[in-house]
Amino acid sequence: MLGYTITQWLFGILSFLSIMFGLMVVFSRNPVSSVLYLILTFFCIAGHYLLMNAQFLAVVHIVVYAGAIMVLFLFVIMLMNLNEDQEPQRTWLTKIIAAVAGGLMLFVMVGSLKGSEQLQLQSYGASQVGLVKNLGKVLFHDFLFPFEIASVLLLAAMVGAIMIGKRDIK
Amino acid sequence: MINGISINMYMVLSAILFIIGAVGVMARRNSIIIFMCIELMLNAVNLLLVSFSTLHNDAKGQVFVFFVMAVAAAEVAVGLAILSMVYRNVKSIDTNLMSNLKN
Repeated sequence: MLGYTITQWLFGILSFLSIMFGLMVVFSRNPVSSVLYLILTFFCIAGHYLLMNAQFLAVVHIVVYAGAIMVLFLFVIMLMNLNEDQEPQRTWLTKIIAAVAGGLMLFVMVGSLKGSEQLQLQSYGASQVGLVKNLGKVLFHDFLFPFEIASVLLLAAMVGAIMIGKRDIK
Repeated sequence: MINGISINMYMVLSAILFIIGAVGVMARRNSIIIFMCIELMLNAVNLLLVSFSTLHNDAKGQVFVFFVMAVAAAEVAVGLAILSMVYRNVKSIDTNLMSNLKN
């Protein structure tokens, strides 16, 4: 198809969609639609993970982000009862300055890539490191201690969130 | 099937996503949108980590992405608790009103 392989087509479509939805997150006035666009962006990024044969991370990404984190965002937005008309807006000058700063940062990042070596990713399915079997072996052999520490971190975050959210701490 | 995707394309894509998040943090005043833009920046970095891990056929990058996701979940839980507490006291989540430490 026009000299491109199917993988390249998939990469192009997923990249376009993720950039579009990412822009919609920033530009949409309504916070709820912002959350929904962010979920779509996360699905596109999960598609990228699948394209790189990182199956475990793709599933975990959808479960953790779309399933847990974004639902938390939606709950908080609905608790706060935010409307479009009371949406605070920055001045145009600040927005233009932000866009110019972002553009310059992008220019530097992309410009630093110019002339670098074009390393090709391996063909689809050749990289087996992202499968659950291999990743689990690495996670529970080499990274067992950080894994346990992560569980302590999550416990601390849970306790902290409850303590912050309590109405009056005696 | 040959993949035919170079690492530079993923680097450019991650840079674009990161900068969309950074511009969102700078240009918006709604704290929840700022939080979501931070999530977007984290995901751009995750995408780059996974692509480099695939390039070098090394699982350590993907394990690191797993830990980044755990930290992001903890951060969101605490951050949203703080935001709901701020909303309960100030009745707004406008970042310009959160200036008690300024003077």
